[in-house]
Amino acid sequence: MPNYKIERNEKYHTGVLIGFGVLLVFLVLLPFWGDKSTMRLATEMAGYLALAVMWNLLAGYAGVMSIGQQAFVGVGGYAVFTLAGLWGVPLIPSILLAGLVAGLLAIPVGLILFRLNGAYFAIGSWVMAEIFLLLTAQSDYLGAGSGMSFPTAVAKSFGNSTERAALFWWIALAIVIAALLIAYLWLRSSRGLALTAMRDDEVAASGLGVNVMRNKLQVFLVASAVAGLVGAILFLGKLRISPTSAYDVNEWTANIIFIVVIGGLGRLEGAVVGTIIFFLLRGFLADFGSYYLIILGLIAILTMLKMPQGVWGLIYDKTQIELFPLKRKIVN
Amino acid sequence: MSELVNTIIQGILIGGLYALFAAGLSLVFGVMRVVNLAHGDLIVTGSFLAFTATSILGIHAALSVVFVLPFMALLGYSIQRAILNRTVGTNVLPPLLVTFGIAIILQNGLLQIFTADDRKLDFGNIEIASMQIGNISIGWYSILVFVCAIAIIAGLQFISYKTRIGRVLRATADDPEVAQVMGVNTRHTFSVAMAIAMVVCGISAVLFAAWTSFTPLSGPSRLLIAFEVVVIGGLGSIWGTLIGGLTLGVAQAFGGYLNPAWQMLAGHIAFIIILVLRPAGIFKGQ
Repeated sequence: MPNYKIERNEKYHTGVLIGFGVLLVFLVLLPFWGDKSTMRLATEMAGYLALAVMWNLLAGYAGVMSIGQQAFVGVGGYAVFTLAGLWGVPLIPSILLAGLVAGLLAIPVGLILFRLNGAYFAIGSWVMAEIFLLLTAQSDYLGAGSGMSFPTAVAKSFGNSTERAALFWWIALAIVIAALLIAYLWLRSSRGLALTAMRDDEVAASGLGVNVMRNKLQVFLVASAVAGLVGAILFLGKLRISPTSAYDVNEWTANIIFIVVIGGLGRLEGAVVGTIIFFLLRGFLADFGSYYLIILGLIAILTMLKMPQGVWGLIYDKTQIELFPLKRKIVN
Repeated sequence: MSELVNTIIQGILIGGLYALFAAGLSLVFGVMRVVNLAHGDLIVTGSFLAFTATSILGIHAALSVVFVLPFMALLGYSIQRAILNRTVGTNVLPPLLVTFGIAIILQNGLLQIFTADDRKLDFGNIEIASMQIGNISIGWYSILVFVCAIAIIAGLQFISYKTRIGRVLRATADDPEVAQVMGVNTRHTFSVAMAIAMVVCGISAVLFAAWTSFTPLSGPSRLLIAFEVVVIGGLGSIWGTLIGGLTLGVAQAFGGYLNPAWQMLAGHIAFIIILVLRPAGIFKGQ
């Protein structure tokens, strides 16, 4: 046996790590230098980024093209409104339970939907989200079609509106860091190797002993749990939830797909870059109403046709830089 | 009792229209192996076109097909030729993402032009006229829609098995590379398939636009219906599509009979049940 080991980190990764550390301190301290609207925007961005990281793992690696993740965002939102708002469960356990409920629901949903392959799974997942929407709209307990407001008394127990914004931002930051860490550690592990193999060629991967179905289910479960957490924190911030906003395919899936495609499908950094581009575009095009979705759609189509590796893919091809070191290199 | 019978008959009749929604989706999938996520929004585009033609020119709603069908054919051909052909034969993701992008663009484009208001085509007296059999009354318009649906599905079957273009389409569906070696221009064939699918969409768009009101946001629900019909009926069989349409129509009608709010839900649940029991569709794997 030749003596070799596998290395992932390059020299510049020490610098990247320091950079991340500085960024993290900067973000944790946001409530001390930013105002309420900045905190709310940052919370929203964190939620979108967490969804994008997970959707990238689903579609970019596991080949699970879900257009139904809004189902789990909605479930998370409603779960937290029920637990914290109606039943008086403390905030943090409520949010965690919301994620757990969404993740557990993903198991039966996945078992049914994975009978459909590829493109058919995509629409099947959308049908499932519609079922969730229609069932929620039937429930008088959950406020039926008009939805529910978060009880003011409970909201006030989390502090005044500025304190709440700060609290929700820290929770959202924790969620997005958790999502990034899960995705990163997953992809670095041997399971991640299996996922990367699936990304490149599903048939070949399964021929080499990768249990494709189990990997898909695992990713689907984790992605759905994160969607539940994101739904919980974002709807807490809004203090209002309704079936159409909770299970909105455009908001929770179309936007996320555009983020991932523009940023770079199948690359962890793609979700980050895509989220930044998305919010910049949204900021610039805010005055143009629904034109911004049209422009976003056009950019996504052009990216898919002309630059399928996305913005980060392009940067990577030119520089070979990875912010999250995943590439394996054999050294003697 | 007669109310229930009425409901089920109504379900069967609208099922024909659902089969038409699905026929286009199924054709595109059969030939190109592409699930067109913009399918529903293309149908709604057809409905708005019919609405515009009728209101600007003051013609009868049924006559709007003179404008709608050529436009839809052209639109289908161009979208396929200019955009979707670039994604055929790659893996599943690119065509899905691109058609999803097209869906969002169409939806928001229609929203900008026509606002979110409810619209409806007016077919005149035939919409309210009905025929009485004992206690049961069946609207003539529903019957007209059903007959149109059967005729078009039969027509698609005829094109597919009795004409040259049908042979070319089936050959391309079976193996695009061999078809190409045999002298088939697959890029053109794909585009023709999309054009035919869009003509079918155009017809169903006009018929459905008078059946119930529509908005620029109605596309996804049309897509989901079409998709459910295809899965229920089993892929590849055009008559299976008809059975799928009738099944979904009856399931929705029955749900709506129990509680008006359950109509769509009943259709979705019927779809899930059939997916669990017969993943390949009612027609396949017997």
